[in-house]
Amino acid sequence: MRYHPLSEADRNAMLATIGVSSIEALYADAPPATLLKTPLDLPSGKSELDVERFFARLAARNMPASRAPFFVGAGAYKHHIPASVDHLIQRSEFLTSYTPYQPEISQGTLQYLFEFQTQVALLTGMEVANASMYDGSTATAEAVLMAHRVTKRRKALLSGGLHPHYAEVVRTISRLAEDEVETMAPDIRAAEDLIARIDDTLSCVVVQTPDVFGNLRDLTKIAEACHKNGALLVAVFTEAVSLGLLKSPGAMGADIVVGEGQSIGNSLNFGGPYVGLFATRHEFLRQMPGRLAGESVDADGRRSYVLTLSTREQHIRRDKATSNICTNSGLCALAFTIHLTLLGEAGLTRLARVNHANAVLLAQMLNDVPKVEVLNATFFNEFTLRIEGDAAALVERMAARGVLAGVPVSRLLPLVGLDDLLLVAATEVNTQEDRDAFVAALKESL
Amino acid sequence: MLDRPAVVEPLDDDKTPATFTGNRGLDQEEPLIFEIGRLDATGVDIDDPAPIATRLGALERNAPIGLPGLTEPETMRHYVRLSRKNYSIDAGLYPLGSCTMKHNPRSNEKIARFEGFADLHPLQPQSTAQGALELMQILADWLMTLTNMQAVAMSPKAGAHGELCGMMAIKSAIAARGESATRNVVLIPQSAHGTNPATAALLGFSVRVVPAAADGTVRAEAVKEALAPDVAAIMLTNPNTCGLFEREIVEIADAMHEAGGYFYCDGANFNAIAGVARPGDFGIDAMHINLHKTFSTPHGGGGPGAGPVVLSERLAPFAPVPFIRRNGDALELVEAAEGTQSFGRLTAFHGQMGMFVRALAYMLAHGADGVAQASKDAVLSANYVRASLRDVMTQPFGDRICMHEVLFDDAWLRGTGVTTLDFAKAMIDEGYHPMTIYFPLVVHGAMLIEPTESESKASLDLFIATLRDLARSAKAGEVARFGPAPRLAPRRRVDEALAARKPVLRWEKKTAAS
Repeated sequence: MRYHPLSEADRNAMLATIGVSSIEALYADAPPATLLKTPLDLPSGKSELDVERFFARLAARNMPASRAPFFVGAGAYKHHIPASVDHLIQRSEFLTSYTPYQPEISQGTLQYLFEFQTQVALLTGMEVANASMYDGSTATAEAVLMAHRVTKRRKALLSGGLHPHYAEVVRTISRLAEDEVETMAPDIRAAEDLIARIDDTLSCVVVQTPDVFGNLRDLTKIAEACHKNGALLVAVFTEAVSLGLLKSPGAMGADIVVGEGQSIGNSLNFGGPYVGLFATRHEFLRQMPGRLAGESVDADGRRSYVLTLSTREQHIRRDKATSNICTNSGLCALAFTIHLTLLGEAGLTRLARVNHANAVLLAQMLNDVPKVEVLNATFFNEFTLRIEGDAAALVERMAARGVLAGVPVSRLLPLVGLDDLLLVAATEVNTQEDRDAFVAALKESL
Repeated sequence: MLDRPAVVEPLDDDKTPATFTGNRGLDQEEPLIFEIGRLDATGVDIDDPAPIATRLGALERNAPIGLPGLTEPETMRHYVRLSRKNYSIDAGLYPLGSCTMKHNPRSNEKIARFEGFADLHPLQPQSTAQGALELMQILADWLMTLTNMQAVAMSPKAGAHGELCGMMAIKSAIAARGESATRNVVLIPQSAHGTNPATAALLGFSVRVVPAAADGTVRAEAVKEALAPDVAAIMLTNPNTCGLFEREIVEIADAMHEAGGYFYCDGANFNAIAGVARPGDFGIDAMHINLHKTFSTPHGGGGPGAGPVVLSERLAPFAPVPFIRRNGDALELVEAAEGTQSFGRLTAFHGQMGMFVRALAYMLAHGADGVAQASKDAVLSANYVRASLRDVMTQPFGDRICMHEVLFDDAWLRGTGVTTLDFAKAMIDEGYHPMTIYFPLVVHGAMLIEPTESESKASLDLFIATLRDLARSAKAGEVARFGPAPRLAPRRRVDEALAARKPVLRWEKKTAAS
């Protein structure tokens, strides 16, 4: 076995030092009945070549985004990742290091986490950010739990424009933690009146912008209403690139900003691993979940970085901890921070403009197709189509023609009768040929 | 002319001159991107946007963000320099008990980047992702076979997230029995990972601590004493965080079941027994598997991980969505909980596909025999370290066989003026990452060493010789080797108290006054 460095002679010498006759003797504490006597019904080991062939065959049964005109979004987005990002995250010293518990030999990880925190705080318009959560949906659930701790109330109001999967994650954890959640109806045209529902029993209101249907939301008035009632405004985004062109949630008065960072530096990966972003105001710092890197000095007075405020964390506070999170998405955060450093403000703004322009061009073309209507007044790089017929079936027919057209709303919200809605996303990877192919396939499939 | 940088380290060793830049040869200082980047610099060439009438309403940003950019060569240099300030498993032995740092095959990285996996959208039509679903199914089959369990929840994103998933299934099962109001206590041993009590508390359970016996394990008798009609479950790690096999685990499981509760096994240490014993045979109801620990996905500075949860027949119906179901020749994802007993959704999509690929590649490379051999070698290596150090260091529960990690305490350091922390920092100067220290919490000055199956005998022998020399030195009162350590790392000891007292968590532009 190429991964096992011990030879039989090594093993025997080591057993002699230990003073036992066999490795099996080291399992003497296990109840004998539980030790396997016969090999499990699993295949034997394969060579590197054969393992690669096996996976190549599986991979060939999938249709990757790069092989098709691709317009699928709804919380995960296909963007181009500069080659240097992947090269850098594959450096052994990043890839194969552990959580930086020993700061003296982990300054690389700690400094990039500190830089990541600063970038996320700037992007979201907030004061502090943590060093990465699992993904946007779990970060949203953590934000709701944090709002409960801050306000000492246990009821959240979720906008009908919140990604339905995010809403489900919040409802699942809330139901099991015996907290209350009120969810507004799906809000296709961003017309819901959240303000009328805000009162002093709420810990927080959770609003997404751009929302799951692609509409941009002005959070200012909702923030005012929240604050008047002692509730927090949790702002959510699923497309981080949008922050390059839009007013930040912080500038609109949000108290906690959470979102998905996959769009910057991270591949689609069929849903994970992704990287959750989480930012808030300084006054809530000690209620914030997750890891934090902070600045300090070493014994020689040199600037240094270290994991800090761990007195909020599970390993010290145990059943009083702010969350049970023990790990982070460090490597995904690294990809995010490298890509954002490469972009800089100038590149991010331009990337966001190209995304928006491609979406506007696509929306214009699609709106001209008979039996198709673009429902959004505003959008960034994703919008909702109403089509004649069943969107899920349409997507299948278009996939058969080699075009991945988008996400049927019925896949996110089954059983609510929105079967004629299709979410369509455009990014910088879409060309005019892609848009033409979309329109042609759509016309043939309707 | 440029000034000398403001932060220049004094070197107390007069043989090594201080430098103008603060660099020490290959160990180069690197400022923050905020200090070297420019708002107008970019390392990405992007086409001009097409001229359009925007659809942004009044929500277009009208103020700068303040994000600096670097060109591509500057970016490469920044991150390469940072990387050189990190220890990693590819650079040396990383004996972190309970964390498990083993070889990370690059073949896994290559396969995870196949565009058929990496470039797949979670919501594209399932008909266009059958290979990915089959991969998840094969991985699930391996996990069920290795554990002798009846179902797997694939979506948890890390070990602690898996714990949450398992405890949610337990809470749902209790609710389905109509006992939510009465069963609200979870038993947790004192030595448990902090995630266990945090997970239980998150779901509204109260925690009842079970003491460990003098030998570091949990006695069935102690569990029976803590059992009452209000107990919903026990969360037990096996092998436990002291590196010991819980000898009475079957009896503990039986007692829990008899009392109407469930058995959650923290699977963090599954890598000691994978292919050797099956947790399902212990009588457990749910266990998360840290794929990164047992099946070697890189830790990447603390993540991402993946924490699939295997479930017993009793808990299987409550598994979260999405889950995979065979439908004729095709596989399909069940994404909605309606009409099932599923407790709902744990995360937006289907789990950590990137980690699934790596874990399955590791399993297939090993085969069943290879997985078992890996577990056995991990246990052998830990015991070899124990046997080679038992005459110079002390063990809190006496000298007995351990599983894949060996636990020492600081009794042998008493009176030397050297603490566990000093000892750990001195290891850095010798080129080793320190072992896990101060964990488990039940042991004073704990030093938990996990060599894993990845180390050769020569590597273990040098490590052992180094620790023996450090032990000799500590006992000889050579405190000068320990107190100032590390001397040779990119940084000397970092002031953690200052960081917590005056938190500086982001870069701020310096004003003229400061």
